[in-house]
Amino acid sequence: MWRYLLPLAGLAILVVFFFFGLQREPGTIPSPLIGKPAPSFSLPSVDNPAQSVSNADYRGRMYVLNVWGTWCIGCREEHAALLAIAHTSAVPFVGLNWKDERPLAIQWLKELGNPYTACAFDADGRVGIDWGVYGAPETFLVDANGVVIHKHIAPLTEEIWQRDFLPRIRAASKAAP
Amino acid sequence: MIPELGHFALILALCLALAQSVFGLAGAYTRRTEWMSVARPAVAGQFVFVALAFGCLTASFLGNDFSVRYVALNSNSALPTFYRVAAVWGAHEGSLMLWILVLSIWSIAVAALSRSLPDTFIARVLGVLGLISTGFLTFTLATSNPFLRLLPPAMDGNDLNPLLQDFALAVHPPILYTGYVGFAVAFSFACAAMLEGRLDQAWARWTRPWTIVAWMFLTIGIALGSWWAYYELGWGGWWFWDPVENASFMPWLAGTALIHSLAVTEKRNLFRSWTLLLAIFAFSLSLLGTFLVRSGVLISVHSFASDPARGVFILAFLTLCIGGALTLFAWRAPKLGSSAGFELGSRESFLLFNNALLVIAASLILLGTLYPLFMDGLDLGKISVGPPYFRAVFLVPMLPLLALLGVGMHSTWKRARLAELKRPLLLGLAGAFALALVVVLIAYGRVTILALVGLTAGLWIIFSALRVPVSRLLSRQGLPASVLGMSIAHFGVGIFTIGVAGVEAYKIEKDVALRPGQSVQIAGYDFAFRGVHDVAGPNYNAIEGEFDVTRKGALVRVLRPQKRVYRVQTMPMTEAAITVGWTRDLFVALGDQLGGDAWSVRIQYKPLIRYIWLGAVFMALGGLTAASDRRYRPVRVTDTLPAKDATARDTP
Repeated sequence: MWRYLLPLAGLAILVVFFFFGLQREPGTIPSPLIGKPAPSFSLPSVDNPAQSVSNADYRGRMYVLNVWGTWCIGCREEHAALLAIAHTSAVPFVGLNWKDERPLAIQWLKELGNPYTACAFDADGRVGIDWGVYGAPETFLVDANGVVIHKHIAPLTEEIWQRDFLPRIRAASKAAP
Repeated sequence: MIPELGHFALILALCLALAQSVFGLAGAYTRRTEWMSVARPAVAGQFVFVALAFGCLTASFLGNDFSVRYVALNSNSALPTFYRVAAVWGAHEGSLMLWILVLSIWSIAVAALSRSLPDTFIARVLGVLGLISTGFLTFTLATSNPFLRLLPPAMDGNDLNPLLQDFALAVHPPILYTGYVGFAVAFSFACAAMLEGRLDQAWARWTRPWTIVAWMFLTIGIALGSWWAYYELGWGGWWFWDPVENASFMPWLAGTALIHSLAVTEKRNLFRSWTLLLAIFAFSLSLLGTFLVRSGVLISVHSFASDPARGVFILAFLTLCIGGALTLFAWRAPKLGSSAGFELGSRESFLLFNNALLVIAASLILLGTLYPLFMDGLDLGKISVGPPYFRAVFLVPMLPLLALLGVGMHSTWKRARLAELKRPLLLGLAGAFALALVVVLIAYGRVTILALVGLTAGLWIIFSALRVPVSRLLSRQGLPASVLGMSIAHFGVGIFTIGVAGVEAYKIEKDVALRPGQSVQIAGYDFAFRGVHDVAGPNYNAIEGEFDVTRKGALVRVLRPQKRVYRVQTMPMTEAAITVGWTRDLFVALGDQLGGDAWSVRIQYKPLIRYIWLGAVFMALGGLTAASDRRYRPVRVTDTLPAKDATARDTP
């Protein structure tokens, strides 16, 4: 009569998967990039294909790289916070429009506001792979030497910015005169 | 003050739910009448306090009390009154309140309409319902309290998500939940039967009307959701196979299987352990749907990271609830062997196929929905399963199901007597094929296999479904409500199939750029763009386009699609303009301004799409008719009818 236990066994397997699915909070997975030089990229700009955006433009400066897409609900969620933070922050925000369509992205920035000093257009997601992006939104903090010092996965909020980013920005700007 | 009153009422409701489950279950176990008699009043009291809490939350919305966090997040002083009420269930906390309210309404209905049932049985049913209610009330109070205050109060609210500011979506959750939660009744009946160690035909007869009514609500709820997605999301599709939709569709499939398997258990006392299992599955899938949608474990891992407590809580509750029922099943079901046999070609065999195919369909959808989670769990990468998978695998069980339906409706219990029906059924099939071919050739001028197969199947099912009622009416014989209901519901399946075949085979979608004065032709209709102007709504501003739709020079309709921006959330929304017809819908949605006065415009021709929802309406109507059958009416008897008597009163 073991077959009457089969449904229970099925449930047990599901529960195990769900439980680990819940525990896999992506923010806790450390990025292998931390402490390593940021992968370089040079991509066309979202609003003007003729113009290019490269992280070489920011050599010697600290910058934030924010990965987003118009298809991503989390990105819409964080957008208001992003605008507010970028508005008051001294650190430039570079956008990486990831696996998206250009007209949609332009529309998005026009309608919701543009927090980025420059935004690169990564249509096929190559640069995203280099940076180890596996979901949007993700936000990287790169110091003046071009080294990735922090990575945040999930929508950015003011609290997270003040808790995780600001102290690192202050420490890094003290270290590098 | 009002929110605190609501919070307090919710706590009292939890106490009563606990009393209901403890006294109901323990009373039945120890056979103490005075304990068992506590269950009914506890259900009534719980209903009063849940309704009071729900009323308090609604009052906070109506009174624009933005010191309540949940109100401030989901409403706005400019929001029209109707949507302020709908905003109560516009987000997580309020939907839970709605879930609990609906459960307490079902519970009180069970308590009121079950006087003829044995005392210990009904005490156990109410006890199990009380346990479910306890779980949800604890969850709400511990992790998702809608009455939390916001200090300092917000000046004005965040507004309701504009996507939800729509009639169909305002009424969709209550109806869908009524269906979802209704399966809790079947689940409780199943658990009570297993605890009681008694599972006979009388049990199936008590369970059937409750299950059918729940199924009916679920059918309407899903159809409303599909209709809403069609006109509101601006894409013109009617089903997207996204996890939220699948979450409502899987319990529907399991529930449909359950209705049919209950028929076999009631009439022939067969499939007993299988029926139990389906009753558990239907409600488990409803709970799983709540878990998947509410915890965000599938939809977006990211947004979930903010509150893991909720997910863990629901998961624990899910495990206890389903795990408990399945343990009970493993303990009791082995004793439920069936002795009676049946022939291939008998009604039992057709219903067996029906059940197998529906369960396969539900499993394939479950697999597709959970597959990304498994892959991620096993570190095999993040993938998503899209509509192409679902479309392909869903047809595999569905086509044989449709084909068997036409014959199965006329089969008889126990013995195969299909030989006599061979001729009329084959004639019906040939007629359906000929008619489908004519329709396809004359109306659309293009034969596709999908359209031909779909239309033939749909028409054949319609003919088949009409056979019995029409012949009974012609010979002036009576028609029991249950048989009429079955015919109407299956007629609905035929209508639905025709709609799906028509729209999937012959839809035309075109994205064009138009300047005022330009026009475009699609499927013999001429769409002339007249230009755009501004329109102001109560809480939004809109740009409205104007299109003259003409056919052979005659004006069909002026269509005015809008592009709305809701003032508070500054979210752009597409309001498509649709003209509805018996043979087709014409659909115009305004895209983006392309520079100058040109606009991108999405124009669609959707043949027969209305039949999809019309079919669902017929299915629900059939359910209602069947549930109203006289033999389900509560009768006052000292004990239930013996099982043998029930077979004697068999209807064909």
